[in-house]
Amino acid sequence: MLDKTGIAQRIAKEVKDGYYVNLGIGIPTLVANYVRNDIEVEFQSENGVLGMGPFPFEGEEDADVINAGKQTITTLPGASFFDSALSFSMIRGQHVDLTILGAMEVAENGDIANWKIPGKMVKGMGGAMDLVASAENIIVAMMHTNREGESKLLKRCSLPLTGVGCVKKIVTNLAVVEVTPNGFKLLERAPGVSVEEIQKATEGTLIVEGDIPEMEL
Amino acid sequence: MINKKVDNIQEALEGVTDNMTFLVGGFGLSGIPENAIAELVNLDVKGLTCISNNAGVDDFGLGLLLQKRQIKKMISSYVGENEEFERQMLSGELEVELIPQGTLAERCRAAQAGIPAFYTPAGYGTEVAEGKESREFNGKMYILEQAFKADFAFVKAWKGDEAGNLIFKGTARNFNPVMCGAAKITVAEVEELVPLGALDPNQIHIPGIFVQRILQGERYEKRIEQRTVRQRN
Repeated sequence: MLDKTGIAQRIAKEVKDGYYVNLGIGIPTLVANYVRNDIEVEFQSENGVLGMGPFPFEGEEDADVINAGKQTITTLPGASFFDSALSFSMIRGQHVDLTILGAMEVAENGDIANWKIPGKMVKGMGGAMDLVASAENIIVAMMHTNREGESKLLKRCSLPLTGVGCVKKIVTNLAVVEVTPNGFKLLERAPGVSVEEIQKATEGTLIVEGDIPEMEL
Repeated sequence: MINKKVDNIQEALEGVTDNMTFLVGGFGLSGIPENAIAELVNLDVKGLTCISNNAGVDDFGLGLLLQKRQIKKMISSYVGENEEFERQMLSGELEVELIPQGTLAERCRAAQAGIPAFYTPAGYGTEVAEGKESREFNGKMYILEQAFKADFAFVKAWKGDEAGNLIFKGTARNFNPVMCGAAKITVAEVEELVPLGALDPNQIHIPGIFVQRILQGERYEKRIEQRTVRQRN
């Protein structure tokens, strides 16, 4: 079974040379730490920066240079700043190659819910609805089950949706799963996790074809 | 040169009354019009509708107006950082409309550009689309969103001149440029009001035509919301 770092490490392998990538808050943010350093990748943050670098050294923080999580950041050579409309032109215009974000629920038809739990404090969707409605390539990073042990890979989402039919791939602590027209297709198992365990933790239709390889990190 | 300079924040906010709708620049606490917000607190205008990506924190940004219950309605994309906001929202004192961040930006840009409405894929199939017209283009579904209508836009820039030309800095740019000219009156406050001719016309982000009043901001706290650093070595 993977921890959050492991999930980020596995997703990092999906990041290819020449990609512009938008990382959501939480596990997705960790992905930047594990991208191979022999490829060229630029990270976009929807508040208006392309070419994000690591966090600043203490004493070098700048209130005018933050990411979408409101954290202080730095920029790399070749970076640019832009306004919010242009930022979402990059996103809706499909100029960003890969979007990695977290989710509360994903359905076997690719629906995603990650912004609202009715009856609880609602913080808002931020840029998530624009991102999932537009990106061709969306990977969800999440735990396979919630805190109550219930599956987050469902036949249908029970929570209010963020987007419909948009998720392509899911990387969890247990598995790598592809969303297909027929349901969740199991691609890889996390180290030490059996197909049966994945099956048990998946409420939606899980398609298992042949031997399922263990992930390489 | 058409002079947009005003000498003080009182003059900058002349005409502000109860029940108005404001566009307020900034993302989190970055690039917020600190001086305009402080003066709105002073003026004690009530029943306001504020369109801004976030709602500040308890003791800064738009949180200052929330504390005094001056805001009737917030239109934002993300409001998670504010306990007083949460209390007022859950008790029903504050009306809240949550909309996708890109839609918020584009509804400003549409107002600025004289475009009454536009189609966007964001929110299709979700509760954001409820009551809105939807339409298919090239096999994909979109919803119709309308330009904002606002009385004032309060924005903050890094540098500006008396002609109202503006240059922004870093990610403090965010919603500020798209809010310029998206309301009846745009009030820009700047960290440095420089002499006419000191800004290179090639480097202007927002031409003065979109700005009605420009003001040298008195002071900027520029608070950092999430101070995140790495260790040396």
